[in-house]
Amino acid sequence: MVRAMEQYLRPGIPTTPFCPGCGHGILLGLILRAIHGLDIDMREMLFVSGIGCAAWIPSPHFNADTLHTTHGRAIAFATGAKLYNPKLRVMVISGDGDLFSIGGNHLIHAARRDIDLKVICANNMIYGMTGGQVASTTPRGFTTSTTPLGNPDRPFDLCKLVEAAGGRYVARYSVTQPLALMESIKKALFLEGFSFIEVLSPCVPQFGSKNLMESAPKIIEWLMEKCIPREKAEGLSREELNGKIITGEWGDV
Amino acid sequence: MAWKRIKASLPPGRHYFSGNEAVAEGAISAGCRFYAGYPITPSSEIMERMAHRLGQTGGVFVQMEDELSSISAVTGASWAGAKAMTATSGPGFSLMMEGIGYAAFTETPCVIVDIQRAGPSTGQATRVGSGDIMQAKWGSHGDYQIIVLSPWSVQEMYEQTIQAFNLAERYRVPTFLMGEEAVGHLRENLEIEPWVRVFDRKKATGRPPFEAKSPRQIPPMPSFGEGERLLVTGSTHDGLGIRRTDDPKVHARLIERINDKILLNKPTIVDVDGFFLDDARVAVLCYGFTARSSLSAVKGLREEGYRVGFMRLKTLWPFPHENVGELSERVERIFVPEMNRGQVGGEAMKSSQCEIISFCQTNGEVIRPEVIRKELMRLL
Repeated sequence: MVRAMEQYLRPGIPTTPFCPGCGHGILLGLILRAIHGLDIDMREMLFVSGIGCAAWIPSPHFNADTLHTTHGRAIAFATGAKLYNPKLRVMVISGDGDLFSIGGNHLIHAARRDIDLKVICANNMIYGMTGGQVASTTPRGFTTSTTPLGNPDRPFDLCKLVEAAGGRYVARYSVTQPLALMESIKKALFLEGFSFIEVLSPCVPQFGSKNLMESAPKIIEWLMEKCIPREKAEGLSREELNGKIITGEWGDV
Repeated sequence: MAWKRIKASLPPGRHYFSGNEAVAEGAISAGCRFYAGYPITPSSEIMERMAHRLGQTGGVFVQMEDELSSISAVTGASWAGAKAMTATSGPGFSLMMEGIGYAAFTETPCVIVDIQRAGPSTGQATRVGSGDIMQAKWGSHGDYQIIVLSPWSVQEMYEQTIQAFNLAERYRVPTFLMGEEAVGHLRENLEIEPWVRVFDRKKATGRPPFEAKSPRQIPPMPSFGEGERLLVTGSTHDGLGIRRTDDPKVHARLIERINDKILLNKPTIVDVDGFFLDDARVAVLCYGFTARSSLSAVKGLREEGYRVGFMRLKTLWPFPHENVGELSERVERIFVPEMNRGQVGGEAMKSSQCEIISFCQTNGEVIRPEVIRKELMRLL
C-alpha cells in the first residue's frame, strides 16, 4: 500500500513541512488514498490552494497540476480553471482562515453557482502559520495570540454556512475519524457539483499550547471527545450538545 | 510559429462602434475565450458585449462576486489554456492589484482593461480621468514589469486590444489597455481588416516553465491537464515552480528575469507616434484621449507657422524613455498635458534633457484643444 501511494507524490520532495502533531499529514494521506481508491489519474487532477499551512498539503507534494494562489482566492482561481476546462477534476485544499475569513465571499458564491469543485477545508481553529492569531473558527473563550483574555466571538459553523449557500454535498469529519473521512472525500470526488468537507485538524504549537493541550495526544483526545456523529447527536438535548462538534454529511448524501 | 493569421470577429469594412464595444470585438478577434469581471462604470459595456459574444463563439463568461475574484479567475483560466481578460475602472482596478502581482510573478498572460474615471476612491464614476497610469505600473507590491497600452480612438481600442493579447501571450505578462471614459464611450468609425495577426503562447513538454536560457527569452507555458504536473505558485520559485522562499540567489534571479524579459525586449514592445517634429522648438508629449486635443491644437498652430511638434505614447509601460530622451535633445521644451497630477510628465523628467512643462487638469473633463493651444502659445 505504502509503495503504491508513492506514485501520487511528487518525486524529489523528501518531507512535509508540517509540525509534530499536525493533522494535515493525515489529511494529505487520506486525500491520496481516496484518489487511489477511485483509480483517478492524477494527470486529470488540478489542486488549488491558498495561503497557510493547509495550502501546502497539495503544493508541492502532490504529483499533479497544482496552483498555489494568493490568500483567500483559491476558489476564484479554481473557478476560472474549471469553467474554461471542465475536463479538469479540480480540488481546492486550504485552511479555515483562507477559505472562510479572507476568502469567505468567494466560497459562498462558488457554492451558490454550484461550480463542480471539491473544497476541503483543513480547520485547525487558528492562524497557524502566522503565529496563532484568533480565527473565525476559534471556539469562544479560547486563548490565542490576539485574544489573550479569551476569544469573545462565536465561531462560524462552516457546514451550515456552505449548506445555506447552496453546497451540494457538505460534510464534516475530524482527522481522528480517518476511514469515514476518506469515504467522504471519495464521495465528494464522485459527486458532481459543489462539494465541501470540513476537516478538523489539530494544531499543537499554536492552538494546543495556548489552551492547555501542549501535546499531540492531548489535542487529539480533545477532538475525539468533542466530535459526535450526526446520528448520535439527533437524540441529544441542547445542553448535552453544548461544546460538541457534530460530524457527518449533509446535502446530497 | 507562434504567430498565425485568423479571421476578424466582424465582417471586414466600416462599422460604427463605441470604444468599449470595440474592445470586446478586439478581444474576440484576438482569440480571447474567457472573461471574468464585475460591473463598474464606465467599463460595463465591455463586459456586456463579452457576455453576448463569448456565448456566440463557444467561450466562457462569468460574472464574479468582485474584482479580486475576477482577476483570480482570469489567471486560473489562463493556466487552463485560455486567452483570458477582464475589464474594470479605478475602484475595481485597485482591488485587482493583488491578483496582478500574482499574474506578473507567475508569468501569466492576461489582458486587463482599465477604462479610467475620475478618482481617487469612488470619485466621479461617469467622468473622465487618467489617474491610474502610475498604479498600473506600481500598484502591486514588489518589483515586476507589465505592459501598458494607451488608445486614443475607437479604432485603437480594437487594435490595441488585439495587440495587448499578442504582447501578453508573447512575453507571458499581464498587459493593460488603459483607456479613459471618454474613449470608452466615444462612438466613431471602426475599420475592420479581414485578417488579424495573433500570437499564441509557446508550449513545450518537459521544459521548466519558469526558466529561460537568456534573459530575453520567454519560457514555454504548458496548461493544466496536459500531463505536465505543473507547480504554479506566487511564492518565490525555481525553474520548475518549486517554492524556494529562503534562497537569496533564487529570489534575485527570478526578480531579475521577470524584469529583464520586458526591459530588454523594449525595442519590440514600445510604440510611439510623432508628427511635425523635424524643426519643432516645443513638443507636446501626450497619450490617450488628450492626444486628440493635442493634435488638433498642434495642427492649428502649425498652420499659423509655429514650430510645434507632437509625440504620442502608444505604449506607456515600459516607459519610452529612449524616445523621450531623443526628443528632448531636439526641442527646447516638452509640454505634457494630462488628466492627472502629472504622472507621465514626472516620469518623462527622468530621461529628458530639456525642460518638461506639465499641464494637469483634474476636473473630470477632457482637456479641450483651445486650452492646450493657449498653454502652448505661452511657450512659443
